[in-house]
Amino acid sequence: MIATAAAGSALLSGCFSAHNSGWEFLTDSNAATLKAICDQIIPADGFPSASGAGVLTYIDRQLTRHYRRHQKVYLAGLEQASRISHERFGTALESASPQQELAVVTALESENHQFFELVREHTLEGYYGSPRHGGNRDAVSWRMLGLDEPPLRGRAQYDLRKGSPS
Amino acid sequence: MKHVNAVVIGAGAGGGIAAKELAVAGLSVVLLERGPWYTTADCRKDDLRNQRTTMLGNAFGPRDEGTPRVTVDASGAARIVLASEGGYQNNAACVGGGTLSYGGQAWRYLPQDFRMRSTYGAPAGSSLEDWPITYDDLEPFYEKAEYEIGVSGDYSGTPFKGPRRRPLPMPPLAPNREFYILEPAAKRLGLHPFHLPMTRNSVPYNGRGPCMRCRWCVGFACEVDAKNGSQNTVIPTALASGNCELRTECMAKEILTDDRGRARGVAYFDADGHLQQQPCDLVIVSACAIESARLLLNSKSRLYPNGIGNRYDLVGRNLQGHHYTGAVGFFDYDIYDDVGPGASIAITDYNHGTPGLCGGGMLANEFTRLPIHMIDRLPAGSPRWGLGHKQAMRAAYKRNIQVFGPTQQIPTADARVTLDPTVRDKWGLPVARISGNVHPHTFDIGEVQAQRAVAWLKEAGAISVTKLANKATGVSAGQHQAGTCRMGNDPQSSVVDRDCRIHDVDNVFVIDGSVHVNNGGFNPVLTIMAIAYMASASLVRNWKGTGLKS
Repeated sequence: MIATAAAGSALLSGCFSAHNSGWEFLTDSNAATLKAICDQIIPADGFPSASGAGVLTYIDRQLTRHYRRHQKVYLAGLEQASRISHERFGTALESASPQQELAVVTALESENHQFFELVREHTLEGYYGSPRHGGNRDAVSWRMLGLDEPPLRGRAQYDLRKGSPS
Repeated sequence: MKHVNAVVIGAGAGGGIAAKELAVAGLSVVLLERGPWYTTADCRKDDLRNQRTTMLGNAFGPRDEGTPRVTVDASGAARIVLASEGGYQNNAACVGGGTLSYGGQAWRYLPQDFRMRSTYGAPAGSSLEDWPITYDDLEPFYEKAEYEIGVSGDYSGTPFKGPRRRPLPMPPLAPNREFYILEPAAKRLGLHPFHLPMTRNSVPYNGRGPCMRCRWCVGFACEVDAKNGSQNTVIPTALASGNCELRTECMAKEILTDDRGRARGVAYFDADGHLQQQPCDLVIVSACAIESARLLLNSKSRLYPNGIGNRYDLVGRNLQGHHYTGAVGFFDYDIYDDVGPGASIAITDYNHGTPGLCGGGMLANEFTRLPIHMIDRLPAGSPRWGLGHKQAMRAAYKRNIQVFGPTQQIPTADARVTLDPTVRDKWGLPVARISGNVHPHTFDIGEVQAQRAVAWLKEAGAISVTKLANKATGVSAGQHQAGTCRMGNDPQSSVVDRDCRIHDVDNVFVIDGSVHVNNGGFNPVLTIMAIAYMASASLVRNWKGTGLKS
């Protein structure tokens, strides 16, 4: 059901924006830069990275909804990240090595604290929050933390565990 | 519009009870509520949009659009805040008010909480006072609230409680794992832990079933309607009496008064934004501490140029809530069992009696935690992002216990609600402007309480403990907001009398947390409910059929 909803919204946004491939707010180039930043905030290990869990979809959607007020900060921050990467390493952020990406994001944290804090917060929300907003795909972070998903319902959940005196 | 006996403004904890008590006593009542009536079908489990974690908005209102407030920081700088932002001090805007989505801890204040000034004296700069009523006055109404709304729990483990005639109507829910870890630790420290009281069915009660122990509790509406609020208890009873009409999505504009200064009705904007006037014999303001004060201040007339009840510039002052402090303990084994509501064990040993402190507070373990609640509560020294943060989330999520409590807040007259001179809401009404700070002694109490939480968690076997006792930089109000229409015997130092009647307007009452003289070291809702029962009983007793006995 979640996958259907995501596909539906991708189709819908595709109808309205010709300049990119399915994003509601971001351009493809924005998205590539943002992906590099988000994946430094939550890198892949045995479990998916931020982008692997749908965090870009989460942020992109909210930038046209509840986080409309942050659009300017995002556009300026993404441009700055790109500039830092070009100045230091002569390459676009998305083409930089993982070490170079880490250096750029670390620089961003001190040079544009407002933007970095927003992206950090939104990345963590997208990764650990409800899958209904496009992030935390298939509740991957909840499974990672050991939560039953879908949750066991009713008293059965309790009775399955030890310690019930009733 | 047809004349009615009473208009109640706000369908939350206080207003729901007032509407029910008056309606079943035979008065005709119109209950106005600015929000809609949600049902259990609206209980979507969204941890980014509910009443506790509101990154994407408030699930049960108000919406961010058209309902701003202004908050003033310590330096005097004012800024506009949206309803889902922290400084807004939000409760909820819906039938049930905060009780639809609260955690539901159902505490009685202790006898000393009504005698704070007599017990401790007032710290310099504070407005600490005694209540004009005692615990004993309120006791029968606490009991009525516990039985009519429905409270489960068991106080038998503690001697630190007020006298009571009957036990709680429902036994506690079966303990979760945290209870079994914290209980023996508290006893080893010589404390008296017990099953905390909650407005939550542990067994079938009032025609609804028991809690199913899910993880979506505080901040959410209950999917199986086992959490008891005014929306599933007293308000349906009020409507069933045939004497109460509930009008939702209606925003009160002002209380209308006649030439003699008595209330004659309420002007409000209906769901379509049209201005309406509802004539009535009496008005009950139950809009929660911030909005009740705002409505009184917005009700200006020739006789009341500064608002109703505000002759002595008292309406809106003494705004208070709770400064929460405590600790997170990290353990080396899995504890979190995902069994709601999570909060299960409390101590009240520390509410009073610490030399040098004006009170203390209750300490309890935290509600079920969702992953989003943990992203900034990892062990000290954990990275804030990167692989290290992800690993710390995995290591700590199931291996911690959090113990927190509401500190007895020392009120100040400077923590207040006024009307903003320029900012207006979508109805064109001046919005609430919130300024002032917590009295610093509150932080002294909070610090000691946090140290006690640390000690409890260490005794329970935590391998590391993070103390959380930040000093707030502005007022604390939020879901525990109280104090803005203080109750008292002296019209020059209080807004309402012991019956919740405004001193200089004999047919306007304030029945909600606004009347609290202080807010106890406990979640305030059961006290709001008990006072609503007590004030309603007095009102009904004095009702003559067309007006109040003079």
